[in-house]
Amino acid sequence: MIISVASGKGGTGKTTMATSLALSIDRARLADCDVEAPNSHLFLRPVFEPDDTITMPVPQVDEDECTLCGECAVICQFNAIVTIADTVMTFPELCHGCGGCQAACPAGAIEEGRRTIGTIQHGRCNGLDFVHGRIRIGEAMAPPLIRQIRSRINPDETAVIDAPPGTSCPVIAAIKDTDFVVLVTEPTPFGLNDLKLAVETVKILKIPSGLIINRSDIGDNKVAEYAAMEKIPILMEIPYNRQIAEAYSRGEPVVEAFPEWRERFEKLYADICNLVAGSKS
Amino acid sequence: MKIAVSSKGKTLDAELDARFGRAACFIVLDPNNQSYDVVENTQNLNAAQGAGIQAAKTVADHGVSAVLTGNCGPKAYAVLEQAGISVITGVSGSVRQAVEQYKNGELRPAGGPNVNGHWM
Amino acid sequence: MKELVVISGKGGSGKTSMVAALSQLANNPVLCDADVDAADLHLILSPNLKESHEFTAGHTASIDLEKCTRCGKCIELCRFDAISPDFVVDPLECEGCGVCYYFCEEGAVAFPENLSGHWYMSDCRFGPMVHAKLGIAEENSGKLVTVVRKEAAKIAESNGHEMVITDGPPGVGCPVIAAIGGASGVLIVTEPSLSGRHDMERVLELARHFSVPALLCINKYDLNESISEGIRKFAEQHNVPCVGQVPFDPAMTKSMVQAQTLFEYDPNAPACTAVREIWARLREEVV
Repeated sequence: MIISVASGKGGTGKTTMATSLALSIDRARLADCDVEAPNSHLFLRPVFEPDDTITMPVPQVDEDECTLCGECAVICQFNAIVTIADTVMTFPELCHGCGGCQAACPAGAIEEGRRTIGTIQHGRCNGLDFVHGRIRIGEAMAPPLIRQIRSRINPDETAVIDAPPGTSCPVIAAIKDTDFVVLVTEPTPFGLNDLKLAVETVKILKIPSGLIINRSDIGDNKVAEYAAMEKIPILMEIPYNRQIAEAYSRGEPVVEAFPEWRERFEKLYADICNLVAGSKS
Repeated sequence: MKIAVSSKGKTLDAELDARFGRAACFIVLDPNNQSYDVVENTQNLNAAQGAGIQAAKTVADHGVSAVLTGNCGPKAYAVLEQAGISVITGVSGSVRQAVEQYKNGELRPAGGPNVNGHWM
Repeated sequence: MKELVVISGKGGSGKTSMVAALSQLANNPVLCDADVDAADLHLILSPNLKESHEFTAGHTASIDLEKCTRCGKCIELCRFDAISPDFVVDPLECEGCGVCYYFCEEGAVAFPENLSGHWYMSDCRFGPMVHAKLGIAEENSGKLVTVVRKEAAKIAESNGHEMVITDGPPGVGCPVIAAIGGASGVLIVTEPSLSGRHDMERVLELARHFSVPALLCINKYDLNESISEGIRKFAEQHNVPCVGQVPFDPAMTKSMVQAQTLFEYDPNAPACTAVREIWARLREEVV
């Protein structure tokens, strides 16, 4: 089973929830898919294995074979390859790796080169298997790296995914085809606005979901009202607590800094299992 | 010898378009001749990325030897340079004025791109 | 005209509340919300919509099953596994590369442009505002960011506004790259946590990578004074001006709940003094 932890708005507590949930499951994996701003490792402090460099295919043109017919530029939707004067220029950072130019080249002059998009690291900590990805600074395309992390999750293990914020392609890549989405929000206008976007995303993907309202006493009641209206179960409410915020700042998982919380996270996991079982029957 | 001027409109009195990649169109002409061609750039206005690259390719295909524009980013510059086209940035006013300045030798080629890429 | 882009790497560090507060201190700015994926600035600035524009970007394939002969070439060539065994394109997986469209010998693949979202020109109580909404699960957020920034710059230039203040997206990926390129400066809003610091370092590296001058401020600095101290030292070592720090102040959240800026909610709140100081430093550094 794969449980993803997501939110429209950043900073609502995704990583806090994902790490403590994973630590409360017997034999789980945590996969941090927020490759732009990966933070789970700061809480779990895994012992890492050596990095895997992750690359994407880009065209590599053999100028001797190229007839400058320009067909590669015709098929490329991303303007990543162009014939100009007596040569072919490529712009690897614009390439989406579709392989179209290679397939279209009548002279067979295009081979597959690679461009580095980031790294993936595996590690272990407190009985958890850990994996995360880090996008190379300056690289724009997160989804291929996220899909690579997803491919490292064994289908029959229990995994918790820490997803990126927002609602666009990186989020889709992180949560698509997971069994359940935990939406984390805060009861403020920003939290509610971005929660609605996240709920729409989850609906498009047809994944069952539940809500955690973090810092549940800092704002108003509108998030709870919205959840009731949309019939999204509220899995947990956590009032603002300066001690939790301070433990967070030091990178301490809630269930380790406050062992009394472990039971609540174990119950959260049991509730999720029940909801997933219910959604499948 | 032909040159291309990025333009907001299809006449010599139109305002020079400061954008190169997403210019409304290009006026292609021989500075010593009254006639001119309008080269559309509409396919580029909606390009998700790489508009400058395509615009550079477009003007290169029209056999120009110089481009007069406002701003030119690194990718477009690289393509124009590869095609042996001299790039003159920071030009403004009407297309006609720009061509006059060019004829009078008042404009100097840029040594490189004068704006950062939008990445897109 | 100058453009200040407010970013943070990590979400939820207080970017948007900061932008709203700065909007009020600035002299007739143009406001730009470049967090098109989860735009929030309008919730405080309540803009009056003047113009709405469609945003189209990229293409998505679809297969006409009447014309399709099930030859399977598209499935074989699609690197994004976007075509099901019964020849239906999943628009969420479709990258818009057009390979299936190009190679289909039956002409069974349509490849129309996407309507990916909308962008808006508005007026709010502090000046003109340009903002946008990307469709759910859409791509090309970077291009939409580029559109709103360009429109904001156009307004500023044609009407003589001194400054554009842009609310940037979180992270370091495509929309952030599009949000900072060519800006006069970025203000990185961080918070004193290991996560906040980690993400600040990454977004600073990004600003350096694209040669955009960076400034730093620390929100909720008193939540962990020793990490704040570490962040200030880091900034000093890396020649990043630390333009101020804001104490933890419930007025930050409470003002947002009331759809007000910090200064409108309580001009005497402790955070106000700090934000005024930050603005004074920003003016020196950017304007």
